[in-house]
Parts: sequence; structure tokens; C-alpha cells
Amino acid sequence: MTILGGRRRGGPTGPADEELPPLVAPSATSGLLEVFRRRYLLRLLVRREISARYQGSFLGLFWSYLQPAFRLAMYYFVIAVVLDRGIENFAIHLFTGLVIVHFFTESFGAGTRSIVRNKALVQKMAVPREMFPVASMLVSAYHVVPGMVLLTGFCLALGWTPDLVGMAAGLLGFALVAVLGTALALLFSAANVFFRDFSNVVQTLTQFSTFSVPMIYPYTLIQERFGDFAQYYLVNPLAEAVLLLQRAFWTGTTDDPAATAAEHMPDNLFQLGFIHLGVALVVLAVGQYVFTRLENKIPERL
Amino acid sequence: MSTAVSSGAPESIVVDDVSKQFTIRYHRTIKQMSVAAVRGQELSNTFNALDRVSFTVRQGESIGLMGLNGSGKSTLLKLINGIMRPDSGSLLTRGRTAGLIATGAGFHPQLSGRENIFLNAAVLGMSEAETRRKFDDIVEFADVGKHLDSPVGHYSSGMFARLGFAVAIHVDSDIFLADEVLAVGDKPFKKKCLERMQEVRDSGRTLFYVSHAPGSVKKMCDRVLVLDKGRLAFDGDVAEGIRYLKYDEPAGTDEDAQDDEMGNDV
Repeated sequence: MTILGGRRRGGPTGPADEELPPLVAPSATSGLLEVFRRRYLLRLLVRREISARYQGSFLGLFWSYLQPAFRLAMYYFVIAVVLDRGIENFAIHLFTGLVIVHFFTESFGAGTRSIVRNKALVQKMAVPREMFPVASMLVSAYHVVPGMVLLTGFCLALGWTPDLVGMAAGLLGFALVAVLGTALALLFSAANVFFRDFSNVVQTLTQFSTFSVPMIYPYTLIQERFGDFAQYYLVNPLAEAVLLLQRAFWTGTTDDPAATAAEHMPDNLFQLGFIHLGVALVVLAVGQYVFTRLENKIPERL
Repeated sequence: MSTAVSSGAPESIVVDDVSKQFTIRYHRTIKQMSVAAVRGQELSNTFNALDRVSFTVRQGESIGLMGLNGSGKSTLLKLINGIMRPDSGSLLTRGRTAGLIATGAGFHPQLSGRENIFLNAAVLGMSEAETRRKFDDIVEFADVGKHLDSPVGHYSSGMFARLGFAVAIHVDSDIFLADEVLAVGDKPFKKKCLERMQEVRDSGRTLFYVSHAPGSVKKMCDRVLVLDKGRLAFDGDVAEGIRYLKYDEPAGTDEDAQDDEMGNDV
């Protein structure tokens, strides 16, 4: 083989002027770490999603205030007015649940579809593909803000006294849902490329979430009906996350927060929360592993 | 035309025994699959898009990659660009890879030209500061005038393509890939692109140029690789490579003629 040659004898004048970068496999990526390394691109992708979503709409971002408000009004009417359970500040109890459950279903659902939806980029550009489920989660997180603003407003109107333990519980709950949502989105987004059925599977799964968490009914009801088996109810990470968020917002709005917390929260609330977070991190690692294994075939199967 | 090498130049692309297989699936749904299975039809078929390809490119070389449609050129570019991984063998590159390949992919039709420039530049690996520094050059090259702030969905196809090219061509890289550059754009724009590619080549970066136009390959490259059904059929001198492909015979179609003329223009 003859090698015919470079016009210039000298080194390249590109960025690699003095020190030569090493020879590497161009497709090698470090998965989620790579996403973190290219956070500027991640930020632009998130911004693109957000500005594209309300493009051409007259009310724009105002919709993300209207939607949760209407959702709350509907649930409130049915659950608190029609089926009155006599729970103190039930609207807050309900709304905390709605906000966090919505965050989860959005991250999971949009994340699962993200790779297929960004087909053009995935097939043609060398972008770490983990970028898309992560971006979906962040877009969902962005849309949680209006819900949180409304929630905080309602709480303050009801004479809310925020406490440190409650805030810690809230943060833990959010972290849990963010990690779990990303992990599941990663796992299912890759699977969805091979069989589009997975987006339907996810839709079906998320339908359970409204009823499998203590949102339209209190956790005490589960304890009442199932006694000792109630602890298995909290195997569901989403139920635990909802309780953590309620510990952050709802208990503080009741007349006697300490009594409410004692009555409606499990004793090992935090312990369970950390266990769930740990499990979610393991699922994330598994999701990354599976994603990397499937990734090679993604461009051709899209 | 080419000077003998500095074979001491560092390797830029090392392709060693690389194969890539694609599976064509004829059926997707369970219904179609079971019907096909009952009828004894094939469910899928595999073929080698690349078959044990090996070659080494040194920094600063400009390679013309030629071959008929379906010979594996684009697959090879995708492997070099890191979009796909080889099924077997190893492929290594040195430094950043960029180029005119799938330009404009990932443009969001609802976002403005300005926003898309930033997004696309980030996709291609540019930082925010780098994009800002080059922004005016990119806009000037794209030449979309007052449409810069309107959604790219409203652009004419020429403008869309120009914007994509403009971003891609401004990425600093050590390896520059160019796939079917002359397929889009009007004549002045093609000329601008070719000039730009000559600059790239003369700056000592590795150039990997896919083309069916012998004229521009002669102008641009000092080595030709020819792929034939996924195998590397020829590796060597430009004129010989073109002869090997029988592209030197007067084909007589208008497009070829135009294209050669185009090459002469530059």
C-alpha cells in the first residue's frame, strides 16, 4: 500500500497543534458521564424542547400553570367534595401527590419516546444517546416548577409552617423520582427502538400510578384495611415519594403538624426513602448497562 | 501530482479488519411474523455493509472515497464519525472529527436560524464561546440574510442546506469528512464549499471526501479508496483509482460534465 502524502510536512494546524491527541475509538462514550461532560449541549436540548412545546401558543408557558390547576380542581371536586373523607387540607394532600406523580409519568413516558422522537439526531450525529432520556427528565422537571409555585402558594394561604425535616423529605422525594424516572426512561427508551410496543407498556404502567400512591386516599386507610401488610405497600417507590412530599408540604399546613406526621406517616419514612433511592441508583446502573449493550444496534433499527 | 510522503506523519485514521453487518427485517409485527413463518418465508436477512476493510490514513492526507451506490461509503463514514460501531475489527481516530455529513440533521423546524446555529454547533461538539466567536462567519457563509431570525421550517431547501453547511464547515477538527458535498446548493455556493474544503486540506487536516465526481476528486485528493460491495477494492493513486472505477470514460451525462467544469472553476 502506498501512502501518498500530506501537502504539509509540519504538524496539523488544528486544535491538535502541539500535543497529539491519542488514537481512540470514535464511538467510545462514557455513558451518563458523557452527558454530564457535555452539559452545554444538554442545556440547549432542554431549552429547545421547552421553547418548541409552547411555540405558536397564545398563552405559552401559562399553560403549565393552567393544566395542573385544572387537574387539581377536577380531582378535588370528585374526591373531596363528592366522596368526602374528612381529611384535613385534603386539597394539599392531593396536589402534592399530583405534582410528583406527574413529574414521574412525564419523565418516564417522554423519556421512553425520546430516542425514537429524536431519530434524526440519533441516526446521523455522534451525540451520546443517553442525552435524550436525561433531557426529557429535565424538561419534565422544568414543568414541575409551575405546580410547585401553585402548591407553595396554597400552602402559605393555609398558614403553612415549613420545617427543615420536611424540606429534607421533599428533596429526598424529588431526588428519588428524578433518579428512578431517568433510570426507567433509559431502560425503556432503548427497548422502544426495537419494539415500539414499549411506549404502550409504559403508558399502561403509568396509569396505575394515580391509584397506587396515597394521593386520593390517605396512607392511614391502607394501614386500616391491610394492617401489617401496609408496609409492603411502600415497596412502591412512587408511594414513598408521595409520602415524602406530603411530609414536606401537607403536614405543615395542618393544625398540629407533629400529630399529623405521627398519624399519617410511617415511622421509618426516611429510612425507606434512602433505601428506595439506593435501589433507584442500582436501577440506573442497570439501565446504563442495558442501554450500552443495545446502543450499537440503535441507529440501524430506528 | 502528489509529493511522496512524510510517512512519518502520525496516523489519523487506523482501520483494521473492520466489518459491519446489517440485518434487514422484513416484518415487524407479530401478525406479519407469524404469517411469514407459516408460509416459510424469510424473516430477516443479513448482509455485510463493510467486509474486512483495512487501511491507514496519516495526518494531512486527503482521501477520495469512491464506489457505486450501496458499496458501503456512508457506513464507513458513520463508523469514522462514531455514529456506529464496527461489529468486528478495530477503528481508531485521532482528534476531533467533523465535516459535511448529514448537515442540518437535528435542525428544529420551529426554532429560528439563530437558535438552530447554536444547537447544531453544540451537537457538533462546539462550546458556547467557540460558537459565539464564529457566529458572524457562520451567518455570513450561510447567507440567509434577514431570515436568520425566522423559523428554519420556513426556509427554502437551499437556505436550509446552506445553514447546515455553514455550521458544519466551521467546526475545528483534525479529520474532516465530506459526503456528497456537491449534491445540494447552487453554483456559487458549491464553489464556496469547494474553496473551503481546499483550505481545510491545505491546513494539514485529514480530509475524507466522498464523491462520484472524478473532476473534483482529482482536484481535492491525493489518494483514492474504492469500495466495492463493502470490500476495499482499490487503494492508491487518484488517476488509477478513477480508471479502476471506469469513471474516466466519457460518460456524457450533463451532470458529470457540469461537475468536472465545477472542479475546474475552483
